[in-house]
Amino acid sequence: MDGRPATIRSILPLILDRLTFSVGGKTILHELSESFDAGRRTLILGPNGAGKSVLLRLCHGLLQPTSGVVRWAGSANRDAAAAAQAMVFQRPVMLRRSAYANVDYALSLRGTPRVERRARVMEALHHTGLARLADRPARVMSGGEQQRLALARAWALRPQVLFLDEPTANLDPQASRQVEHIIDAIHAAGSKIIMTTHDLGQARRLSDEILFLHQGRVLERTPSDRFFDQPQTAEAGAFMRGELLA
Amino acid sequence: MSELSAAFGRALAMIATWDADLAEIVGLSLRVSLGAVALATAIGLPFGAAIALYRFPGRKVIVVLINALMGLPPVVVGLIVYLMLSRAGPFGVLDLLFTPTAMVIAQTILITPIIAALTRQVIEDMWREYEEQLRSLGAAPGRAVWTLLWDGRFTLITVILAGFGRASAEVGAVMIVGGNIAHLTRVMTTAIALETRKGDLEVALGLGVILMSLALAVNGAAYVVRDVAERRVG
Repeated sequence: MDGRPATIRSILPLILDRLTFSVGGKTILHELSESFDAGRRTLILGPNGAGKSVLLRLCHGLLQPTSGVVRWAGSANRDAAAAAQAMVFQRPVMLRRSAYANVDYALSLRGTPRVERRARVMEALHHTGLARLADRPARVMSGGEQQRLALARAWALRPQVLFLDEPTANLDPQASRQVEHIIDAIHAAGSKIIMTTHDLGQARRLSDEILFLHQGRVLERTPSDRFFDQPQTAEAGAFMRGELLA
Repeated sequence: MSELSAAFGRALAMIATWDADLAEIVGLSLRVSLGAVALATAIGLPFGAAIALYRFPGRKVIVVLINALMGLPPVVVGLIVYLMLSRAGPFGVLDLLFTPTAMVIAQTILITPIIAALTRQVIEDMWREYEEQLRSLGAAPGRAVWTLLWDGRFTLITVILAGFGRASAEVGAVMIVGGNIAHLTRVMTTAIALETRKGDLEVALGLGVILMSLALAVNGAAYVVRDVAERRVG
């Protein structure tokens, strides 16, 4: 995307060091150590309860790890790192105001000067096909439109990293396709994509690499062309055949 | 039953003739209660929302305390304000006892906990839905408080109405700090108490009908506003 000053340093790579998360005596993630560079679209796959959503939330700072560290190697400053990220949730939470005002709100939180905001909001709405609906109250929009608005809101922030947690889980195929196109466009504009999904077809279409999570452990991390043809682990193979994993 | 219908007749006659005394009483009632609601809203909404969002030691004690204060007996509030404002009290020099201002103060104390406690509940429920999204966008609690208050505006209308209902219906506090002085501090509830004691039940019931009609009108108007706005904004 245009306008991102070249002087802004990348907060990446994102480094996870023996990241562990437990709640109520149950360990959701076990000593996960990974690193994420700029560029590639990383899709996190795994059965229900594998820890996908928790992993995203730990990376994004919404949860605190029980032990281990989440580190943005390019940025010592936590606030600066947070300001370079955005997240889109399974169920978008829209404020009771217009579509335009929802995007504008996000920019004002990041301290974007008022004079710049209008152009950036309209640009984001335009990119997501919502320019026509700018004045519509966000809460009365359809589910697909709200999710596109959530993407517009994230896009307007020009994040270096965009986390997406099952962004199409509640959408019909047509709305899902639109969301996928927008995710691709955000990636093309320079954002690192880290995303979870249940939809194998979507994972195939949207990913450069797959991180396969099972019972809180990374079983494999493979470039997607290889992953779908010859997964390295029996579990990933079984998962793709739709078998239930113990 | 005949007494009730007579009261309705009397009330209608009172409304139809609408003399200056009645207008004065109704006007003062509204001024005092709306003034108290305005103050209690200005204090109770941000306070309740802040308690919902901030985590600090002693928070649970405060939550229990304001919930308990919702049941404050009006006469007790009246008595405390009376002691504060009386000549010998700490605020005696202000010379506010037996003035409408004293009545506004007493009702504000009475309904601020109601508005704060209900706001706390409303905002806490909303926060469950909004928290991750707002934290992700980078909203600090100080900003999120105002965002949630604005987003909960339709529900909070009901909260404010609960405060208004309590204020306009109470008699104990305004009686003690106002004194029910004709043309100065007489409001509908204190007038009803007086007329009942005098045995003029028709006037008392007539005033009661007007008071209830006012409550109905205010609540009805608020309901319509909320309904229309909610359907438009979602």
